[in-house]
Amino acid sequence: MVRVEDLTMVYDEKAGPVLDKVSLSVSEGDIHGIIGRSGAGKSTLVRCLNRLVVPTSGRIEVSGHDITTLSPGATLRSARRDIGMIFQHFSLMSSRTAAGNIALPLEIAGVPKEEIRKRIPVLLDLVGLSNKADAYPVELSGGQKQRVGIARALALDPKVLLSDEATSALDPETTEQILSLLKDINRRLGLTIILITHEMDVVRAIASHVTVLEHGRVVESGPTFDVFAFPKSPVARSFLSSIVAHELPPQVAARLQPEPSGETAPVIRIIFTGDAAEEPVIADLAVKFGIRASILHGRIDYIDERPLGILTLLLPEVGDRLPAVLAHLSSLGLHGEVIGHAVRSSAAGTRRAAS
Amino acid sequence: MLSDLLPPALVALLLDSILQTATMVGVAALLSTLVGLPLGVLLVVTGKGQFLERPALNRVIGTIVNLIRSTPFIILMVAIIPLTRLLAGTTVGTAAAIVPLTIAITPLYARLTEAAMREVDQSLIEAAQAMGATPLQIIWKVLLPEALPGILAGQTVTLVSLVGYSAMAGTVGGGGLGDLGIRFGYQRFMPEVMVAVVIVLVVIVQSIQMAGDWAARTVNHRVARSRDRT
Ligand SMILES: Nc1ncnc2c1ncn2[C@@H]1O[C@H](COP(=O)(O)OP(=O)(O)O)[C@@H](O)[C@H]1O
Ligand SMILES: [Mg+2]
Repeated sequence: MVRVEDLTMVYDEKAGPVLDKVSLSVSEGDIHGIIGRSGAGKSTLVRCLNRLVVPTSGRIEVSGHDITTLSPGATLRSARRDIGMIFQHFSLMSSRTAAGNIALPLEIAGVPKEEIRKRIPVLLDLVGLSNKADAYPVELSGGQKQRVGIARALALDPKVLLSDEATSALDPETTEQILSLLKDINRRLGLTIILITHEMDVVRAIASHVTVLEHGRVVESGPTFDVFAFPKSPVARSFLSSIVAHELPPQVAARLQPEPSGETAPVIRIIFTGDAAEEPVIADLAVKFGIRASILHGRIDYIDERPLGILTLLLPEVGDRLPAVLAHLSSLGLHGEVIGHAVRSSAAGTRRAAS
Repeated sequence: MLSDLLPPALVALLLDSILQTATMVGVAALLSTLVGLPLGVLLVVTGKGQFLERPALNRVIGTIVNLIRSTPFIILMVAIIPLTRLLAGTTVGTAAAIVPLTIAITPLYARLTEAAMREVDQSLIEAAQAMGATPLQIIWKVLLPEALPGILAGQTVTLVSLVGYSAMAGTVGGGGLGDLGIRFGYQRFMPEVMVAVVIVLVVIVQSIQMAGDWAARTVNHRVARSRDRT
């Protein structure tokens, strides 16, 4: 549906490329999140997709249109009608009502007035704003404005919807509502959505695939669950830190030592995915190995409707059975790894708890 | 009532003058809108980073506009006498006054509409482009409607300025209220005529301002208005 190959964008020679050989592909019906810090080049990338920005080099194909080689003019305009777009600050016309704003793309495409009149209520209904047809944007809340923006973007039955930080100006509750509306539209219309964001929560909520962008380069890309379960890049890990427990809280991290010593025991991290998340691991360790593991940190989340758990355990009395423990975990379909060593019983912790 | 203060002959003169002023202002306003609005649009859309960027054209229009705007009206009026004769067939009278009035006011109107359109959020233009709008559609369906409150405010300023300019144009043969005030009030020393002229001018300017403010307010949906039905 969308294919980007070696996309490079240079605004300013001295500043270097804003996009550096970016490649990605999005299948029909996917919700593909593109995440990165501010300045990573996300907006530039998404604006290349409908050629609001003309890239320096590379190829872009969207819904069968070769975007980079389209001649500017009628062919580009008709390709753009297959690509809807929603914006962070909604970009609604203040001089038009909700209905008038939704009518704009239809008027631009030359749809007959009679037909526009029939389409508007359908579109308003789709976004749950049937009673706001005559309201001007100034009379609408942020969430309602974005609903108008979404209805407007869907007016011409696009094949792809581009969203540039569409929920960044909204409060968390409204964000959730808008995201579930997008998910719903994705399901009902089979619409492919490309979602730019700087929040992993947004990706987790609705994206089936995610691409992590840093300094204009793709550092990681894949199914959302896989990236959340096994992030490879430091950027992805840090984005995930507030959601998935890949990174330990500082109090726990401070206790870790890279090398074992006489008083330490190994600390392992177990990643539970899918069905394996329900394995009775701790009990197994006690029964099979006689190890009384203590939990240093842990969390289970649902990503793309699949459970993802991350548990950090301190294993005293493990001795030389560590490889056997790891092999056992692996046989259960769990991913276990030693991430360091810590003093066995946290004397400091015990004392603090007692006082 | 008026006839208690002014002799009937003067009242007739006053009404005539009002009509002449109205003609000068009305026709000049119409012509300057017809020329100034497209110029204002051109100044915006050919500007840097805009969707019809044409740096050379933009600079040429900008320079001409600035040249005319920096020329004092009295000098402009004299300087373009040959052009006035060409267009109006004469250099005296109401018709002749319309030529310099239009030329003097058009650049002001162009700049005011340009300023109003620059206020339109760039992301709206981008949104329209993303919808596949042609440049003409962007201008017609987005830029002008969104800038309308500002454009109407500019129109008001233009009309008020025109009333002032028309009083000056009148003194060189154009007729109108300014001419009446000078000829009778000043040269024949009839202060009551001067006072009547000033009062009429104040009323005209005040009416234009009020009508303009009302019109701009009516089309402005950028501020919430409490509605009766909620
Ligand atoms: N029109 C432009 N001209 C010059 N530099 C730009 C332009 N747009 C964006 N940039 C630069 O490109 C970089 C990436 O910007 P952007 O794509 O907006 O990133 P993001 O959306 O990820 O925050 C930034 O350093 C920004 O300054
Ligand atoms: Mg951005």
